[in-house]
Amino acid sequence: MRQYADNELVDFAVVGTGAGGAPLIARLAESGFSVVGLDAGPYYRPLEDFASDEREQSKLYWLDERLVDGDNPIVMGGKNSGQAVGGSTVHFAMVSLRFRPEWFRSRSLLGYGADWPVDWREMWHYYGIAEQALGIAGPVHYPWGPWRPRYPYRAHELNGAAELLGRGAEALGMKWTPTPLATVSAPRAHAHGRSPPCVYRGFCRFGCSTNAKQSQLVTFIPRALAAGAEIRDLAMVGRIELGHDGRVAGVHYHREGRWRFQRARHVVVAGYAIETPRLLLASATDRHPHGLANSSDLVGRYLMTQSNQAVFGTMPQEVRWYKGPPSLAITEHWNYDDHKAFFGGYCWMAQGPLPVEWATIQTSARGLWGQPLRDAMEKYNYQVGLKMVGEMLPDERNRVTLADEKDQYGLRVARVTYAWGENDKALIQHALNQMQMSLEAVGAADIFRQEDDTNHLAGTARMGNDPATSVINPDGRSWDIPNLWVCDGSVFPTTGGVNPSLTITSLALRMADRIGALASRNEL
Amino acid sequence: MAERYAGYDVLGKRHTPSWNPKTREVIDARLAVYREPRFFTASEWRTLWALCERIVPQPKHRAPVPLPSYVDEKLQCRQLDGYRYASLPPQDEAWRRGLAALEAEAHSAHGAAFTALTSVQQDELLRRMQHGQLMGPAWQGMPCQLFFEHRVLPDITHAYYAHPTAWDEIGFGGPASPRGYVRMGLERRDPWEAPRAQAPGTQAPGSEAPRGEASRATTAPPQGSSQ
Repeated sequence: MRQYADNELVDFAVVGTGAGGAPLIARLAESGFSVVGLDAGPYYRPLEDFASDEREQSKLYWLDERLVDGDNPIVMGGKNSGQAVGGSTVHFAMVSLRFRPEWFRSRSLLGYGADWPVDWREMWHYYGIAEQALGIAGPVHYPWGPWRPRYPYRAHELNGAAELLGRGAEALGMKWTPTPLATVSAPRAHAHGRSPPCVYRGFCRFGCSTNAKQSQLVTFIPRALAAGAEIRDLAMVGRIELGHDGRVAGVHYHREGRWRFQRARHVVVAGYAIETPRLLLASATDRHPHGLANSSDLVGRYLMTQSNQAVFGTMPQEVRWYKGPPSLAITEHWNYDDHKAFFGGYCWMAQGPLPVEWATIQTSARGLWGQPLRDAMEKYNYQVGLKMVGEMLPDERNRVTLADEKDQYGLRVARVTYAWGENDKALIQHALNQMQMSLEAVGAADIFRQEDDTNHLAGTARMGNDPATSVINPDGRSWDIPNLWVCDGSVFPTTGGVNPSLTITSLALRMADRIGALASRNEL
Repeated sequence: MAERYAGYDVLGKRHTPSWNPKTREVIDARLAVYREPRFFTASEWRTLWALCERIVPQPKHRAPVPLPSYVDEKLQCRQLDGYRYASLPPQDEAWRRGLAALEAEAHSAHGAAFTALTSVQQDELLRRMQHGQLMGPAWQGMPCQLFFEHRVLPDITHAYYAHPTAWDEIGFGGPASPRGYVRMGLERRDPWEAPRAQAPGTQAPGSEAPRGEASRATTAPPQGSSQ
């Protein structure tokens, strides 16, 4: 790996190496820029470092303290954070979906949220590139939306839980499909590494120990290194330095027990919807007393999560849902049907929680403990479930601010405030009813609902065409400071009803091309 | 208590291709957890043992999984969750205060230590904690319901269901790297998975009621619908 000295002026310092940071680092390096990618987490070697164990692998999450409050506090940790090179893609469920085209203009076409400053056809182009780069395994024909090319790898075999999703959807008259997943269904070899096919061990959400998963750690990060970028792990960025000329000059970061400073011509923040606003707010100066890029007062606002409620039941036959990727089948029916009494859409997927997570569902959703908990847990091999990913509407009151409490670096911790709106609640109830009907149709008994779960994040540095109503311009550049950029899910104006990672990666690939175009016009 | 998966032993797979070296190292460390309290005081430790026995009661025919040791380890080694309800103090303070408050509530309700109560009395106190009905001064404003939901239940039950003994009981395949699984579909099973459940005198779970019977009475027939 090429390495840069702190006092070397690199073209780009990128803070965060996840679904947004990693592809941007790789593409910028491949375009000839000098790039350092910093990540607070370690650079893991999955074959040696990853155990088949839920508890051990929680080391992949962002476990530093954060405060949550509001009417519906967001549970953080595993479901929406990562602290590793590769970010949360090291432990994500690999679900790789495209937004519905109309969602990029949901205000104009569907009457809610805000329009994106990006055309869906441009995104469709970058989705295609991302799917190739990530070796997505999916169906030959995807049943919803405009035509898309076939996925590079064939769809995975279904497990019992996915079979039951399919039966239930058909009973309800809905289309369903094997889920497009970022784990290969056949051996993969390319210039920067090799992956064996998925062995269906089922610990996907706790890190893939065989490298079948096409996380950023095994795709764009090796590409970035091959192109000459440096990945600096265990480097916690605490502040962006503003120079006398009003441009940012580099980043202060904590590594190996001391604070250091990396000079850079451009700084890209790619820390996702909590750490990105936290860093921008913490970098306040006399000239920017409310934080960098925050003249609109929108940094930290319009935080969105996604509704992640579920319905579970007990089958008469063995399901053993711990085998294979947890979400092998999906229906996006309600993302593409507009005859609903609320805004937004949702999909649902098959489920396969491992024992600790399953116990959490029993204690939190049903309040079980004592002998009733033990009795419920013993039905583990017979359980089936459906879990939604639903769109929540942007609301400026849902936000990230800085608390007074400090973390181990002496940095103020993030306070995450969240409340569901009436539309969110209506969407959730609709989804719970639909999922319950699907489970009833396949003969599940003892059905119960997990009413309060959320997953994924977005917003807090929204992109747009107007500096008064957005933080980031359509190129990914902050409106206030020309050499400060954001490249992650925090730029989303709306969050859609599907998992966000493929859209984050596609946006990053687009942003790399925009930066290249600006550079070629000497407008960088 | 009858063992549903009698004879199934996840640890028996330790030397098979289902366990990579890192997994062996991690599970070895888990089984070798330090037994004596390092974070808790002797009196907190007694309360915690009694609490753990009510949250996850364990059968008498085997040594119990030492759940308090895992809670102690979490606090001693500062293993955080990545978030905290703003109305709860940090986890170490929450546990100290919560255990002291539980003892205070036991004294005020029964004039005895929590550890001296019958299991029925203990469960009744815990149910009141779960439903936010314990308001004594010893809580110092900490909502007892949040303490129960976000400290007591996860910290104790996660320790149990991360233990191979629990995996044997529920028939979970356990570690699976690098071998994974081959037979994926309904009612299919690899030879290295737990055998089919054999709860004596009962059918498979879920067959207590006719399929879908309970729900069919209350919900519309399963047809595509919209609002």
